Amino acid sequence: MAYPAGYRYTKEHEWISVEGATGTVGITEYAQNSLGDIVFVDLPKVGDALEAGKIFGSVESVKAVSDLYSPVSGTVTAINEELKDAPERVNADANGTWMLKLALKDAGELEGLLSAAQYEAFIAEETGQ
Amino acid sequence: MTAGCTTIPLRKTALNAVHRALRAKMVDFGGWEMPVEYSGLIAEHMAVRTGVGLFDVSHMGDIQLRGPGSLAAVQRLCMNDASKLAVGQAQYSAMLHPDGTFVDDVVVHKLSDNDYLIVINAGTREKDVAWVRRQIGHMPGVHVSDYSDMYTQLAIQGPKAEATLQKLTEAELRGIGNYRFAWGKVCGLYNVMIARTGYTGEDGFEIYIPSDELTSARVWGEVLAAGAEFGILPCGLGARNTLRLEAAMALYGHEISETVNVFEAGLERYAQLDLAAKGDFVGRDALVAIEAAGGPKRRLAGIEMVERGIARDGYPVCTVGGEKIGAIASGSPAPFLKKNIALAHLPVRYAGVGEVVAVEIRGQLVQARVVALPFYKRTKKYA
Repeated sequence: MAYPAGYRYTKEHEWISVEGATGTVGITEYAQNSLGDIVFVDLPKVGDALEAGKIFGSVESVKAVSDLYSPVSGTVTAINEELKDAPERVNADANGTWMLKLALKDAGELEGLLSAAQYEAFIAEETGQ
Repeated sequence: MTAGCTTIPLRKTALNAVHRALRAKMVDFGGWEMPVEYSGLIAEHMAVRTGVGLFDVSHMGDIQLRGPGSLAAVQRLCMNDASKLAVGQAQYSAMLHPDGTFVDDVVVHKLSDNDYLIVINAGTREKDVAWVRRQIGHMPGVHVSDYSDMYTQLAIQGPKAEATLQKLTEAELRGIGNYRFAWGKVCGLYNVMIARTGYTGEDGFEIYIPSDELTSARVWGEVLAAGAEFGILPCGLGARNTLRLEAAMALYGHEISETVNVFEAGLERYAQLDLAAKGDFVGRDALVAIEAAGGPKRRLAGIEMVERGIARDGYPVCTVGGEKIGAIASGSPAPFLKKNIALAHLPVRYAGVGEVVAVEIRGQLVQARVVALPFYKRTKKYA
């Protein structure tokens, strides 16, 4: 399954998985595949406040740079330091490679995000398939 | 789509179905649906630097000039001196506007006396053919033919290119020097043009075969099979771009265009301005005037990022103080060099090797320095 049912998704191709009041954020299989070989992930710092729908960083492949949008609002509690030296992990396993964790400000925001089925339908529409 | 609006379909090479079967990512490149990558850009780039890669470059155009007036026509059209060419030799050249800027860069092949093949870029094909006809249509003794759709052009590139292609031909590839070509039997096809040319900074060949789908797919498959022992990969336009950028080869619309002249592009070594040696050509007067006025005001500079950041096409280039002095013509991570590199036309006073500049990356000034070109030069010559 390319898109785990337990995750929620944005139309900008981020995923978030939630445990208690902590959200874990990464980019989707579709996003990594579209970008190609990822060479740089620019992330915020622990303690930074993120706002739902706003840019929190960027991911760069050889070909292109793409902004990262926060699925929800919250405060960054951890970033994945491994991506500094091994950004290609995102290509190898987009679902399993997290970028940051954040303390959710309002769990209600999750309801505005897409389910796996909705996200798949959204991509199918985007790519005209 | 609204009624009355016509969408022009993308053009496809004879290998389109083959690329799709290989699950290549396809993109619109100058009106052509072309593969941008297959297995991955970095792997494809490395295959060409260390082994061998195969590219479909059939979107390139081919104009043939024939007849007793053909040399005079080539000399009038292109800035390099085609009278220096031996039969079986090719040269890098360019067609210029009267102001010394670029219509296109080209490779001129001398097929025989009174017979020249000019290989042109895909995105500029129609414009180029019209330009050629307009500039030399009045000249006597030359016949212009557009053979762009008659050939499937394959580029076999990398240190193992010769070993790969040699398995498929009786022609002795060793005997074909750089920027030389010969005709030989390839994959059972007679009279195939085999040129030791390319756009990767690596040794390699470009072959021109009939453009029917069956033949194209068969030869493509045979080249991949022949190169398997060397780890051959089919390579897309993504790797083609990063390879040529490492080698600092110009790309139309970036380093050369209708707003960049020959001196600004740093390509004057390919222009023969000596009237006695070559005669007049379109754009010569402007180049002579630029030279007489003390040279260009800006020059193509190689840029290497010092601080962390990737310069991309169009990003502003600034002084360290933040004053804008130019824009990135091409910029990318360099997969083989493992650096972030770029080319930009900069005012002469900032274009010297060692100058410290800054690239504005998403609102931030990121330090970079001017380095010597090319970024990458192959050490080993072919055997």
